[in-house]
Amino acid sequence: MTGHHHIDSVKTYVFVFLALIFATVATTAVAFVDLGRFSVVVALAIAVCKMLLVALFFMHVRHSTALTKLVLIGALLWLAILILVTLSDFASRGWIGTLGR
Amino acid sequence: MADHAHVETLALREQFDTAAQQKDASTLGMWIFLITEIMFFGGMFMVYTVYRSAYPDVFAIASSTLNVYIGAANTVVLLCSSLTMVLAVRAAQLGQKKAIVTFIVLTLILGFVFLGVKAYEWNEKFQEHHIPGLSFHLEEVAPGLQGQAQLFFSLYFAMTGLHALHMVIGAGIMFVLIRHAMQGRYNAEYYTPVDVGGLYWHFVDIIWIFLFPLLYLIDRHLKG
Repeated sequence: MTGHHHIDSVKTYVFVFLALIFATVATTAVAFVDLGRFSVVVALAIAVCKMLLVALFFMHVRHSTALTKLVLIGALLWLAILILVTLSDFASRGWIGTLGR
Repeated sequence: MADHAHVETLALREQFDTAAQQKDASTLGMWIFLITEIMFFGGMFMVYTVYRSAYPDVFAIASSTLNVYIGAANTVVLLCSSLTMVLAVRAAQLGQKKAIVTFIVLTLILGFVFLGVKAYEWNEKFQEHHIPGLSFHLEEVAPGLQGQAQLFFSLYFAMTGLHALHMVIGAGIMFVLIRHAMQGRYNAEYYTPVDVGGLYWHFVDIIWIFLFPLLYLIDRHLKG
């Protein structure tokens, strides 16, 4: 019985939309600035913020059931395993300098 | 339960106790599907990350040949379509039958604008011989490193291609929603397909939110 009667205002959606547009302009502008290795970090941080805005507001995750939220957090954990374990493998291959190189 | 005749409606099928339970089940089911999609695209992003870190210089040059402004404009188009989609869901929640149709039609049009721009970009790649294959040639890269440049464009076409395929499927879903909305099938009590279709549309938007910086932006500063 959770949250089926939450109807967000048009104002909320327009505000989120404007924030998304602003983030798009910001990420494009900052891409031309030389931040060295941090350009990837900044670009991904902005992308994650945009993802959260879309998921929480447009996809109504903030009004979702606890079960849906739990399932989503579980999914992000699996994605983190995919990325972190694979990257730790690739990053550490040169360290021993023997097999697999 | 035997003491009254059970009338099945779209909002409350026989196997559910309440309409709210049915709606929760539908939403969760869609999210489970979207999670499989996250893992599917996650694998592609993983491959891209690994090869980008293996061949950083060539990937930087190759990615700098993409047109940032077209990419950014297309991001804005997609964000607009997400706004119209969420307004369609809101119209459904309020039972505004005409507004549902209007907003989904707008979403569909914006989706086609995105695909049109994408087609223009791909056509440019054909003319510049940036399509992986026998006639591939990237001027800015030494002859011995053409293979690495091909790898970038292979990933570019695989990822934007799969994203575009999802957009085409999304457009198909929008057509069905428009048809059913025009038949007056959706109201404040029952609008689950609009809601769930919206989840799919926003998901495809999120994939592009990550594709745009990773393909177009992150090495832009090296070119100056």
